[in-house]
Amino acid sequence: MKLKSVTRSLGLAFAMAAGLASASQAQTLRIGLAEDPDVLDPTLARTFVGRIVFAGLCDKLFDIDEKLNIVPQLATGHEWGSDNKSLTLKLRQGVTFHDGETFDAEAVKFNIERHKTMAGSNRRTELTQVTSIDVVDPYTVKLNLSAPFSPLLSFLTDRSGMMVSPKAAKEAGERFGSKPVCSGPFKFVERIAQDRIVLEKHPGYWNAKDIHFERIVYLPIVDATVRLANLKSGQLDFIERMAASDVPGLRSDNRFKLAKITEIGYQGITINIGKSDLAKGNPLGKDVKVREAFELSLDRQGIVQVVMEGEAQPGNQWVAPDNSFYAKNVPIPKRDVNKAKQLLKEAGVTNPSFTLMTPTTSDAQKIAQVVQAMAKEAGFDVKIQSTEFASSLALADKGQFEAYVLAWSGRPDPDGNVQQFYTCKAPNNYAGYCTEEMDKLITESRTELDPKKRVAIYEKIAALAAKEKPVVYLYHRHWLWAHTTKLSGLRAVPDGMVRVQGLKFN
Amino acid sequence: MFNYLVQRIGTIVPTLFFVSILIFGLQQLLPGDPALIMAGEDRDENVIRYLREKFHLDEPLPMRYLYWLGGVLQGDLGESLRIQQPVTDLILQKLPVTLQLAAMAMVIALIIGITAGIVSAVLKDTAWDYAANIIALWGLSTPNFWLGIMLILFFSVWLGWLPASGYVSPFEDLKANLASMIMPAFVLGNAIAAVLMRHTRSAMLQVLNADYVRTARAKGLVERVVILKHALRNALIPIITLGALEFGTLLSGAVLTEQVFTIPGFGKLIVDAVFNRDYAVVQGVVLFTATAYITLNLLADLAYFLVNPRLRG
Amino acid sequence: MTAIPAAPAAVPEELSPGQRALRRLIRRKGAMVGLVLVIAFVAMAILAPWIAPYDPLATSWTAIRKAPSDMYLLGTDELGRDVLSRVIWGARASLLAGVVSVCISLAIGVPIGMAAGYLGRWPDALISRITDAMLACPFLILAIAFAAFLGPSLTNAMIAIGVTATPIFIRLTRAQVLSVKVEDYVEAARAVGNSHLRIAFRHILPNIVAPLLVQATLAIAAAVIAEASLSFLGLGQQPPAPSWGSMLNTAKNYIDHAPWMAIWPGLSIFLLVLSFNLLGDGLRDALDPRHR
Repeated sequence: MKLKSVTRSLGLAFAMAAGLASASQAQTLRIGLAEDPDVLDPTLARTFVGRIVFAGLCDKLFDIDEKLNIVPQLATGHEWGSDNKSLTLKLRQGVTFHDGETFDAEAVKFNIERHKTMAGSNRRTELTQVTSIDVVDPYTVKLNLSAPFSPLLSFLTDRSGMMVSPKAAKEAGERFGSKPVCSGPFKFVERIAQDRIVLEKHPGYWNAKDIHFERIVYLPIVDATVRLANLKSGQLDFIERMAASDVPGLRSDNRFKLAKITEIGYQGITINIGKSDLAKGNPLGKDVKVREAFELSLDRQGIVQVVMEGEAQPGNQWVAPDNSFYAKNVPIPKRDVNKAKQLLKEAGVTNPSFTLMTPTTSDAQKIAQVVQAMAKEAGFDVKIQSTEFASSLALADKGQFEAYVLAWSGRPDPDGNVQQFYTCKAPNNYAGYCTEEMDKLITESRTELDPKKRVAIYEKIAALAAKEKPVVYLYHRHWLWAHTTKLSGLRAVPDGMVRVQGLKFN
Repeated sequence: MFNYLVQRIGTIVPTLFFVSILIFGLQQLLPGDPALIMAGEDRDENVIRYLREKFHLDEPLPMRYLYWLGGVLQGDLGESLRIQQPVTDLILQKLPVTLQLAAMAMVIALIIGITAGIVSAVLKDTAWDYAANIIALWGLSTPNFWLGIMLILFFSVWLGWLPASGYVSPFEDLKANLASMIMPAFVLGNAIAAVLMRHTRSAMLQVLNADYVRTARAKGLVERVVILKHALRNALIPIITLGALEFGTLLSGAVLTEQVFTIPGFGKLIVDAVFNRDYAVVQGVVLFTATAYITLNLLADLAYFLVNPRLRG
Repeated sequence: MTAIPAAPAAVPEELSPGQRALRRLIRRKGAMVGLVLVIAFVAMAILAPWIAPYDPLATSWTAIRKAPSDMYLLGTDELGRDVLSRVIWGARASLLAGVVSVCISLAIGVPIGMAAGYLGRWPDALISRITDAMLACPFLILAIAFAAFLGPSLTNAMIAIGVTATPIFIRLTRAQVLSVKVEDYVEAARAVGNSHLRIAFRHILPNIVAPLLVQATLAIAAAVIAEASLSFLGLGQQPPAPSWGSMLNTAKNYIDHAPWMAIWPGLSIFLLVLSFNLLGDGLRDALDPRHR
């Protein structure tokens, strides 16, 4: 009898402890990341995964919603000047940084100048058109531009719009990233490289009513299988970038929910048509008919099925077909092997062969193998050259490639997916594509503010690009998130960020 | 003996010098431009130029080596390009983790290896001999990353007994710490167990036939006591020293094991750094571990010398 | 450690040392099992074009990740290729990775080790310090760095592993040369006036072959695992060419719903490496009478 009562009280004790543990656990959100972020300084940061942490740490001037509309965050309103060469922002009042400093127009001026002038800043190209900043009053700031610049607002929804505490930034200087001080819902506690990043609730957050956790812990776990295992065994509440192959298995497990949305980036094959002499050395780089034949030999839906298990949207432009800036005048071509063969004959080319530089990531490898098999049917001999990602970048930069499997993470404004790739001598223009007409069109698309007129310009850009085909776009991935059913309030925004406002445990 | 000591210590400096050249050369000659990688997707030319200047990437190789070496001799191992933290900080953060992993793995290896070695030697040429052989060899024959994934699947996903990955500091929560380290320690220890088994076996065999053991047998002591007391004591010395030397193998194995189990130790740090072209990190960590390894070697030699009277003088 | 003579051999016949060693080898069952398995794998690799039911590179969009069946005895992989055929052909890559790496190590390591042991003084000091330096760095890190330096491919992985394993053979050769150098027949050969090279080849080398052979066999086992590890990191044999290591790398993403993709290459690596280990252990027992 004694044993029974002892066991019972032990059981109770355990239950209480477990209850306490889960109660305190219920206050901590554990998110599994696919990589370890780089430096946590919005001015210097350059990785996608770092932005996920920023979503909890640093608020920005504007944010985007599920439909890619611009919505207020630290700025409550905006107005373009009469000549479109200035942007006036109205700022939110009552916002404090994590160190207690007040957020105001001076802080915005400091931050924008920091983004523009700090050594090693990765935000400079996004803000080149901003020539000066005027503090109109404590909560109004005016950005003066050298020319009208429509993508500016969208840049202010990302790191260029993130505001750090001027006091902390001045004190820390270069080392700011090791102890960032922002104004987001959570403040920085600690970071152990490749292990975890811990944030805790910022009591003075302006939107405190939407925040339902005490702590967030970001845990980078590179291997997707292990990341999912952690979710399944209960050590994580949420994981990002689940592997497509795990989707069917997770669907049948009713402890977890799946969320997905099409990304704003793309996966494609960049062809060297003018970056270096190698362009002239192979039939693909020389003749646009051969490139057209190559594109026609591909079955995009098939590639999506095999490589991404259907978890992607086939596409042939830098934005997805359901994006408002998609050029409807250049639809996705259907696979047509016969036409491809005919085009090759017209071009006077038999059994064209080229080397496809493929990074050693699993997606790129799969794409290359599928493309190789599909193009073979039209007579192409595609040689796969596996290259470590770091090396492939250096090679592409020098133009030492014929074709390159390359993805782009995407920007909310279509300009972010086009300008750096099609403008002459732009840093990301690995194809070496350069025409005066395209440069003119791109400048037009950036200075035109009316969305409808911009769509018309992008239609012209798409038609022009289709004439040369420097990039064969393949598809747009689905962001795949998995989380415990105890979590609700997740907003699936195409930029792939995990927004913590509204997220809570049931 | 003193001469021997001086000689041995004298070899450390040139060896470390060669290590520094080897690892520096290997890193710097890797294809790929770290400034390009660092500059991220946006490839701002100003950033690339700034990074090149900051990390002396445009200067000739020997100059860069001297900059680095100069820093090292002053205790500054450089900075991680990726997260801009000093390498020494990273090492201090991760050292306890890898040390704990290595220590636990060593214990497991000793348990499996020595037991298997004893069994194999005493019960030589019987089924037990082969079984012990196979068990110990199993660790050497299975790729450790593979074993790790299978263990995660079995114990974490299907049974839910152990965490799939991650690390908890023992000061925070000892139980969670042990739970997260037991699988990777087992995977690591497995491989070393075979090496230890082999040496235990051969050492035991040698000793079992030695004169003093035969004398002990003749005296009529119980066989077991004979084996364990006399043979083991003498066979243990080379085994322990071997254990110290296997530190290098442990670190090698830790590379993939930490990757699979997401343990934030040296192994994971180095691998990621190689792929990110984070030169300073790789150079600093390898130099550090090489120094530790060479020191351990020296200590093992010394201990061996001191313990074995036949070699002294 | 001084050698303690073993109990006298039970069969006092007029056999040569080599024949005696062979007899000892045959008697160790573990080594024989290992030898048989190695021969089986080599045969599988050589006869691959004839025994593999399908082309290992042939993709099939309709047969993606099918479970083992009559048509595909071991199932198919993520691109619809037959796992059995890829495992059979994969033996080539793994065996090559093991054997060629070790050959590279031997080709570079043995001559250098002999030079160090034989010449002594400053060449020995220099070689020993460089060898110590290489051995002080974790093996896999060096191999990864070399492989990354050369670029991801099976050939480069073999070179990387071979070069990284060289110091082990340098050290072993040197130690053996040092112990053999003072033997009577070497001194006699020198007294008679033989050139150094002749002494090295005719007198020293044959007497150090035994431990080298043992180490080489064990090194092949380690090299196969090293290739699998490099492939896991994306640095070994690249797809679509089959290699057990890269098959495991891809299979780990599908372990839950297509475990056959992982089981068979994993098992093959295990068996191949195990057999080389058994063989190596047996050779060591047979060739070194002290270890009987």
